[in-house]
Amino acid sequence: MAILSKKDQRLILDPLADDNPITIQVLGICSALAITAQLKASIVMAIAVLFVMGVGNVVISLMRNIIPSKIRIIVQLIVVATLVIIVDQVLKAYAYSLSKELSVFVGLIITNCIIMGRFEAFALANGPARSFLDGIGNALGYGVILIIIGFFRELLGSGTLLGFKVLGDPIEKTGLYSIGYENNGFMLLSPMALIVVGLIIWVQRSRNKALIEEN
Amino acid sequence: MGLKQNLHKLKLKYEGKKMAPAFNALHTFLYSPNETTHSGAHIRAVDDLKRTMNTVIIALLPCLLFGIFNAGYQHYYAIAEAAGTAAQYRADGFFSTNFWNWDNFAIGAWTVLPLVIVSYGVGLLVEFIFAVIKGHEVEEGYLVTGMLVPLIVPIDIPLWMLAVAVVFGVVIGKEVFGGTGMNILNPALTIRAFLFFAYPTWMSGDKVWVHEAVERAGGPDAISGETILGSYAQNATTIPYDYSDMFLGFIPGSVGETSKILIIVGALFLIFTKIGSWRIIFSTLVGALVMGLIFNGVVDAGWIDDTSKFHGLMSVPFWQHLIIGSILFGAVYMATDPVTASQTNKGKWIYGFLIGFISIMIRVFNPAYPEGVFLAILLMNVFAPTIDHYVVQGNVKKRLKRLKVKTA
Repeated sequence: MAILSKKDQRLILDPLADDNPITIQVLGICSALAITAQLKASIVMAIAVLFVMGVGNVVISLMRNIIPSKIRIIVQLIVVATLVIIVDQVLKAYAYSLSKELSVFVGLIITNCIIMGRFEAFALANGPARSFLDGIGNALGYGVILIIIGFFRELLGSGTLLGFKVLGDPIEKTGLYSIGYENNGFMLLSPMALIVVGLIIWVQRSRNKALIEEN
Repeated sequence: MGLKQNLHKLKLKYEGKKMAPAFNALHTFLYSPNETTHSGAHIRAVDDLKRTMNTVIIALLPCLLFGIFNAGYQHYYAIAEAAGTAAQYRADGFFSTNFWNWDNFAIGAWTVLPLVIVSYGVGLLVEFIFAVIKGHEVEEGYLVTGMLVPLIVPIDIPLWMLAVAVVFGVVIGKEVFGGTGMNILNPALTIRAFLFFAYPTWMSGDKVWVHEAVERAGGPDAISGETILGSYAQNATTIPYDYSDMFLGFIPGSVGETSKILIIVGALFLIFTKIGSWRIIFSTLVGALVMGLIFNGVVDAGWIDDTSKFHGLMSVPFWQHLIIGSILFGAVYMATDPVTASQTNKGKWIYGFLIGFISIMIRVFNPAYPEGVFLAILLMNVFAPTIDHYVVQGNVKKRLKRLKVKTA
């Protein structure tokens, strides 16, 4: 990280931990609950958001001086919508089954609060290079949480990881299933994703007491 | 120098150290404490929390005992039924020796007591861990929860599933909110809801209610025991149990909720000792009857015919809803939980009525499982503070109005 200054490093590292968009700012919860039942979907979603945010932040940052402030939200929406359609088309071309699985949620990246939030809060006021780092950082912070949730939900809910039967075969009763283990169907339901998010927040705040709000 | 003295010495020795709560809990669990509870929703009571909890446990013991015998009875009865000799094993009358015998007790003790041990062991362990980490005293709240849990699960639920659910229920249902007295949801029902959504095959169907029915499924000695609600949900016109079976409890179901007469005894005991709120119990039953009447009316008016999948449960006579399923158990032991119920008297009427009303509604319309008491109570747990808020605000408004009239 020597190429980046201290300040720029923070742009990437902060959203990964103490300024995480999901666990600290509590944004983007909707997609975190909806598509994390499988690890693969979580990873694809994380990559899609990484692309949209990285490129989108740069584009908005480049245009920041020519966007009239009254219509800036519309301009931001057009930029993010364009990028999301690119992602959607790429997925349909190269990973059709996965794109069906993710269905509307790729399209709904447009409404992901994290993206509009970073456009508004950062890209409109900073140069393209720093905006790029900020976009990448926040997308990574979002993706890391998504992958953690996806990991636990798929492992405990389906007994698989990326489709591999890591715990054995539930029908032929091999591996862990031979001693009576069963998959936890609750893990596949969205409420459990919310509880997993809550548990991550709990762990994070008990490790770093500075994050606990006064009230 | 008795045990109490030794415990007291240990307690003093560890005072201020990390393990202090553990010794303190052991001491107060075995002997009456010198102090009463400092925090939580119980501050209005003069009794200390432990006595309140113990009273509920005493009220639950008859149900547990009956559940132990019923586990064996259902097992042997199902075998006899498969062999065609059911008639001679049938228990008639509450004191039937076909029911109260050592064979039934042996099976029941073998299956029910492990549930109790796992429930208490795991639950209290979690409580101890949290008490040590947070540095407060072990809370008594789990004493009742630990007794309720074995009574509201199917007999053959694998013990590790119960353990997982208990950890979930105690941590997510209670500790994250700040422990006993601060929880929004009833922990015992949170545990049951977790089991229901996580392992549905072990929580519903016609195999889970009778001991060994799951293992024997598909074999030559297969047995089963569908609950009455399950039979009605499949539009059965006749059921193999008569009203006295339902009332006395000689029917398949969760471990401790089948015997209506013992639940009524427990309810009277709770009302008499002023631990359970008669308003909640009464209004829950009224709510259930009203919903039952509405469904009966729908059937009588001919709005649905017997091809509808809801016809079986809708046409159950309204009063019969009280003696099948677990509405009575829920009303007496679950809805009255003082922490999660409404606190105001008017609020209790509304809270109870809606529990009964929604229970029967879910019971009839639930596509997965013909029972809804636990879901209804959890739902109303969430709304209880809101109900209280509006009751209090209504009262404030009324008094303000009176004030205005006077000053005008």
